[in-house]
Amino acid sequence: MSDALLQARGLSKSFGGLAAVDNLSLEVRVGELHAVIGPNGAGKTTLINLLSGELPASSGDIIFGGNDISGLAPEKRARLGMGRSYQKTNIFLGFSALENCRLAAQSREPRPLNWLRNALSYESVMGQARRALDAVGLAHRASEAALALSHGEQRQLEIAMCLATEPRLLLLDEPLAGMGMEESLKMVQLIGRLGENHAILLVEHDMDAVFQLARVLTVMVDGKILASGTPEEIRANRNVQAAYLGSDNELR
Amino acid sequence: MSPITLPRSLLIAAVLLLALFPVLGATFYIQLGAKIMIMAIFALSLDLLVGHTGLVSLGHAAYFGLAAYALAMISPRYEAANLWLTLPAAMAAAALAALVIGFLVVRTAGIYFIMVTLAFAQMLYSLFHDTKLGGGSDGIYIQVRPELTLWGFKPLDLENPTQFYYFVLIMLIAVYIILNHVLHAPLGRALAGIRANEQRMRSIGFPVFAYKLGAFVLAGALAGLAGYLAACQFGFVNPDILAWHQSGIVLMMVILGGMGRLHGPVLGAFAYVLIQEFLSAPALLGPYAKHWQLAMGGLIVMIVLVLPHGIGGFIDIALRRYSYRRIQANGAAES
Amino acid sequence: MVLLIQLLNAVQYGLLLFLLSSGLTLIFGIMGVINLAHGSFYMVGAYLAYWFARLTGSLWLAIPFAVVIAFGIGLLLETAIFSRLYKRDHLYQVLLTFGLILVFEELRSILFGDEVHGVAIPALLGYSIPLTDTLSYPVYRLFVTAVCLAIAALLYFVIHKTRVGMMIRAGNSNREMAASLGVNIPLLFALVFAFGMALAAFAGAVAAPISSVFPGMGNQILIICFVVVVIGGIGSINGAMIASLAIGLADTLGKVVAAEYSSVAVYLVMAAILLWRPQGIANKA
Repeated sequence: MSDALLQARGLSKSFGGLAAVDNLSLEVRVGELHAVIGPNGAGKTTLINLLSGELPASSGDIIFGGNDISGLAPEKRARLGMGRSYQKTNIFLGFSALENCRLAAQSREPRPLNWLRNALSYESVMGQARRALDAVGLAHRASEAALALSHGEQRQLEIAMCLATEPRLLLLDEPLAGMGMEESLKMVQLIGRLGENHAILLVEHDMDAVFQLARVLTVMVDGKILASGTPEEIRANRNVQAAYLGSDNELR
Repeated sequence: MSPITLPRSLLIAAVLLLALFPVLGATFYIQLGAKIMIMAIFALSLDLLVGHTGLVSLGHAAYFGLAAYALAMISPRYEAANLWLTLPAAMAAAALAALVIGFLVVRTAGIYFIMVTLAFAQMLYSLFHDTKLGGGSDGIYIQVRPELTLWGFKPLDLENPTQFYYFVLIMLIAVYIILNHVLHAPLGRALAGIRANEQRMRSIGFPVFAYKLGAFVLAGALAGLAGYLAACQFGFVNPDILAWHQSGIVLMMVILGGMGRLHGPVLGAFAYVLIQEFLSAPALLGPYAKHWQLAMGGLIVMIVLVLPHGIGGFIDIALRRYSYRRIQANGAAES
Repeated sequence: MVLLIQLLNAVQYGLLLFLLSSGLTLIFGIMGVINLAHGSFYMVGAYLAYWFARLTGSLWLAIPFAVVIAFGIGLLLETAIFSRLYKRDHLYQVLLTFGLILVFEELRSILFGDEVHGVAIPALLGYSIPLTDTLSYPVYRLFVTAVCLAIAALLYFVIHKTRVGMMIRAGNSNREMAASLGVNIPLLFALVFAFGMALAAFAGAVAAPISSVFPGMGNQILIICFVVVVIGGIGSINGAMIASLAIGLADTLGKVVAAEYSSVAVYLVMAAILLWRPQGIANKA
């Protein structure tokens, strides 16, 4: 049993009097996809923002790879090996798909002081970008402007950008949002493959995907953890059924 | 993604045109040409910030003026200074100021950034205007232009208007080439990313503050080059060179010419100076000629309301529409 | 006692700055427009007051006249030009309002020339209150201070205690929501803008006897207002008040300590605030 790559301990975030995340602790391990589910407003995206560093926590720590990263800025956490995808597609719309990934890959080999060589001539960076596009199945759309991609392809590009930074941990915020059946299936397969050698924290509403992919499942309600365990345990948990899964809730 | 620079054939044609110009014109026009090219360098430096990194600086004249003052203050009274020493020194002064001010302002964004860049430039203006530093509000004269002498050899005599013109042309070409390389290099791409989506750049691991500060300093240094040349040409430096009016004018050139493309600021500099000459010519407005800024102001208001992307952008959009229609026509013909 | 005089001057200057800055910060906060020509309205108010006072011999008449004219011009400008700027990038707002500054400056030059003109203090207020045997303080300055305080109180009352103020504050934080709640946004914006211009003109008119009217007077004070807004935070009236008084003190203290460098003192305060709290004093992170 490996040590957890990511540990959140007693994480809390309050806005004024409202606690969006309340004393939350969880762990993410390589090879064990950890899914977080819960009703809207449960604080799932806030949780991801706290982990990625875009929101400073009110209290609690975050340990990544054995180091306390609680006070680090997002760019530093990214360089330590954290990748994060956004619920609302957050790519570079004006650039080509390849350039999106190339920029992401460049973050690992920035070379800011080399003014003479064209950025496109750095083979290692270009290779990394192409591999990332390939992994998500977008290689044939490399030279398209991101704006011209379909919604599903943009969500794929969203993931590809993360991959191009060669992260150890992936924080995925509703990657399947707005996708059709076929695209969802492909994405689920991709995430499954990635889950084998990355640590993944997945926030999702699509229950089929969640139960297919997750090895650990955490249910959040009102900023707190309601239950956490294996998918079977969660499915059987009465509190969870009442609060969230419920007989009336659709299983997509 | 639109190309940053023009096709090589057009660039070579432009350089040839500029190089041949002195052969045709009178001294007044040669000096005007040099002035335009100096402003073009100034505008190019600002476009690095505004057009490429997305940082709207309203205080860029600070670095333009500081370098000019640096030359004026270290030049001996009645002798020529050595350009090989004074030019790097002036640019270094401008770059240092950009580093200090940049460190304070780059942490802000949006409207705040615009205001604080303006405020710091005004601070420098007040410093030079109210104190005896640099001759106070009277300014300093540069009686003799710097010399290019190195080991006894003088390639160009800067006192000669035509040779000065060619020196400025060489500087403009050098700045253009350097910026072209920078923009295609990893640094330039990162700046473009910052302009497009700063949050995502941070999220993928770029130290955005450092990149912005770097761009700010580079832009400051290049503005310093322009300021140095301006001081050489005009032979006189006073606080107005740092004034916000100057910052506004260079911003206008950048927007007028179209941002984000290297030829934009150059076109903008040409357009502005030529419009200024046109509007202030006694033949046009008669006794009101000295109030030409009224017409200029009105023109600016009209352009912003009517042409959202500046003259250069307008040309680009028109070209794109034309080529798009050609592609459509070809596509229809093939199918 | 000299200190008291300096303090009174600092407060008076600070309050005048507040009048100008409050309009600026409201317009930034509510409409998201950066208006470089705000200072031009200060100048418009001053010059109109000067002209009308010379015409009628009475500053008492000139001040309301200047304010009403400025309000009208403000309405005109808003409907014709500024209403098109709300959705535009700040860059274009800067450029357009820069063009407007040029227009205003040249119009001023054409209509009133380029010399400095004095404006007579009304006879009623033309004396000084003796403070000691040798020192006295001009009553007009006290009058200006009092008027500015009254307007500041009125502003605070309107913003925090009336329905209009509530609409303004709502528009400040969420334009779409306010509109969907039935607030007539275009009308509100036009009125707020014109009011901001009228306030600036009032400040200029009232200050004219103290500072005289001269070319560039608007632009000079505008940049200080920018510093106030940066320190106080965009959209915050409270912040504008605190920052204005702080700047007033810094400027006056600067004059006492090192006369030549006094103008730099203001910017150094701004630099210090930037290091400590880039988002301004009153605005929460």
